[in-house]
Amino acid sequence: MSFFLQLLINGLSIGFLYGLSAMGFVMIFKSSSVLNFAHGELLALGAFFFLAAITWAQLPIAVAFLVTLAGCFVLGFIIERFFLRPLIGEHLIYVIMLTVGLASMFKGLMLLVWGGNLHTYPEFLPKFLNIQWDVINIPPVYTAALIIGMLFLMLFGIFFKYSSQGIFMRSVADNQKAALSLGVHVQRVFALSWAIAALVAGMSGIVLGVMNGINVHDLSAIGLKVFPVVILGGLDSIGGAIIGGLIIGILETFTGGYLSPSLRDVVPYIVLVFILMVKPYGLFGLKEIERV
Amino acid sequence: MKKFRFHPCGNYHDNYSQELTIFETDFGRFWLCIGIFFLFFILPFAISPYFLYVLNTIGIASIAAIGLNILIGFTGQISLGHGAFIGVGAYAAAIFATTLNVPFLLSLPLAGAISALVGMIFGIPSGRLKGLYLTIATLAGQIIIEYVLIHWESLTKGTMGITVPRPSIFGFEIVSDQRFFFVIFICLVIMTWIAANIMRTKYGRAFIAIRDNDRAAEGMGIPIFGYKLLSFGISSFYAGVAGALWAYYMVSVTSEPFNLGLSVEYIAMVIIGGLGSITGSIYGAIFITFLNEFLRALTDMLMNMGVFAEARLNVAPLREFFFGMAIIMFILFEPRGLAEVWRIIRAHFRLWPFPY
Repeated sequence: MSFFLQLLINGLSIGFLYGLSAMGFVMIFKSSSVLNFAHGELLALGAFFFLAAITWAQLPIAVAFLVTLAGCFVLGFIIERFFLRPLIGEHLIYVIMLTVGLASMFKGLMLLVWGGNLHTYPEFLPKFLNIQWDVINIPPVYTAALIIGMLFLMLFGIFFKYSSQGIFMRSVADNQKAALSLGVHVQRVFALSWAIAALVAGMSGIVLGVMNGINVHDLSAIGLKVFPVVILGGLDSIGGAIIGGLIIGILETFTGGYLSPSLRDVVPYIVLVFILMVKPYGLFGLKEIERV
Repeated sequence: MKKFRFHPCGNYHDNYSQELTIFETDFGRFWLCIGIFFLFFILPFAISPYFLYVLNTIGIASIAAIGLNILIGFTGQISLGHGAFIGVGAYAAAIFATTLNVPFLLSLPLAGAISALVGMIFGIPSGRLKGLYLTIATLAGQIIIEYVLIHWESLTKGTMGITVPRPSIFGFEIVSDQRFFFVIFICLVIMTWIAANIMRTKYGRAFIAIRDNDRAAEGMGIPIFGYKLLSFGISSFYAGVAGALWAYYMVSVTSEPFNLGLSVEYIAMVIIGGLGSITGSIYGAIFITFLNEFLRALTDMLMNMGVFAEARLNVAPLREFFFGMAIIMFILFEPRGLAEVWRIIRAHFRLWPFPY
């Protein structure tokens, strides 16, 4: 029973992280329908920015965190402005391959600068976040991830619900042409959604880095894990991304724990094919799939 | 006596078969003959073994790239699983050669057929999905096939890999790079010829119709699902043959090279060469292979000069970086690829000295 509970807790926390990582992905897709294959690299860049900020620039943790988020925000803005904007209206394969090219470029750059080894952050989380309850042990990282994730979800909820930019973004996601005709600056919305997505990715990258250490290859592999998560949750639903992440996380740990550890990494993709065949719009996505 | 055709000074086609012709002028046919003569009778005897190796890799890559171009460039279905299909072909050839003792000439098409079968199975989602959903489905296919290749140990020997015996055609052993050169390039010429002609038949036109507008194609009576599956099949057949040649040429087969990176590399070849252009796929294969070799030489040189002696510079990151940059530059500045660049150059010389 305790094995089961521990697996459940592990699955939920990993899944929550998947969900957090997928959130940025969904945000980009929702507003500009771009499938971002460079998402894992954005996660890794966030993690490495934070590493550079605390070890190389010796900034205090809170400042380093804010600086990293600001850096990611600017990076997302730059990516949209210089790489994605010329491709608005182009054929799907060009957009997909552009993000694949970006992924490859960022990965090469990070390998050149930081190498392929595992890096770790110095210990900085306070001890009281460690929750020990009966046989269940939740390390401080998970608690911190949960708190930060919840905080971000709330902030974004408020942003999308009440701020004018957030409402513009929702309107573009809903119907691009109608939003354009009503005077919404669609290009600015695209830029902003890329910037926010990169920020969210950077934040999840830091959390992942604290949890498992920072390694370019591992973090960019997470970028591929995002696909089953978002398809399960629905490609354009932010809440769905979190739920999809939780389900995929639990599925992974349970297959790893009860069936075989090697099957663990493939199960999400088998589920993915199954969902695509049966219910392609996912659990919470908009039912707008065409069948030809 | 046949009248030679030269470039007309306008569009004077008056029936469809003239529109369909591969060589608009006899000049093109003439240059192709010279090119093939040069390729088979001069090139293999004039260059060093290293360049023969590079050319052989280009030949294998070209076959797979042509196949992928049929799928992406002509039918408009994006597949991220092509690396795995090549892997299936390589493993199929290796298993045929070791456990079943199938002769080389038979095992090439058989490996292609098995790959085609697997490709069609993973093309089934295309019946319900299109665009990015299909892309994600093929991504899942890539990862699942990779897993199977590693973990079906009784058949693929897992991470150990399979050692393939030297092939022979009617008792004639193919051992050196030079002999492989002939095998690979004869395959390439045949496969290019087949691909160029498939595109002129009813099937090729149906593929193009599906790419341009699938609903209109369905409205005109093209059974879309069947043709999409056929396209997946043909494309994977090419991948399988390329994989089989790879297996024989590289002697040992492991699952490592057939990862998502390889799929991406082949899509890059197709885009850099030019979507929807058979010759473009060959240009793309040449470009990417030379880029790889150039970067390898560059890192070697930098290592020898001692610039990066401490950091132990590896070829992988540089390769990743320039590879990504090449894709991005082509998409942003010449999305129709090298085939288009070549067309522009040719048009320029044809019209010279007039501006148009």
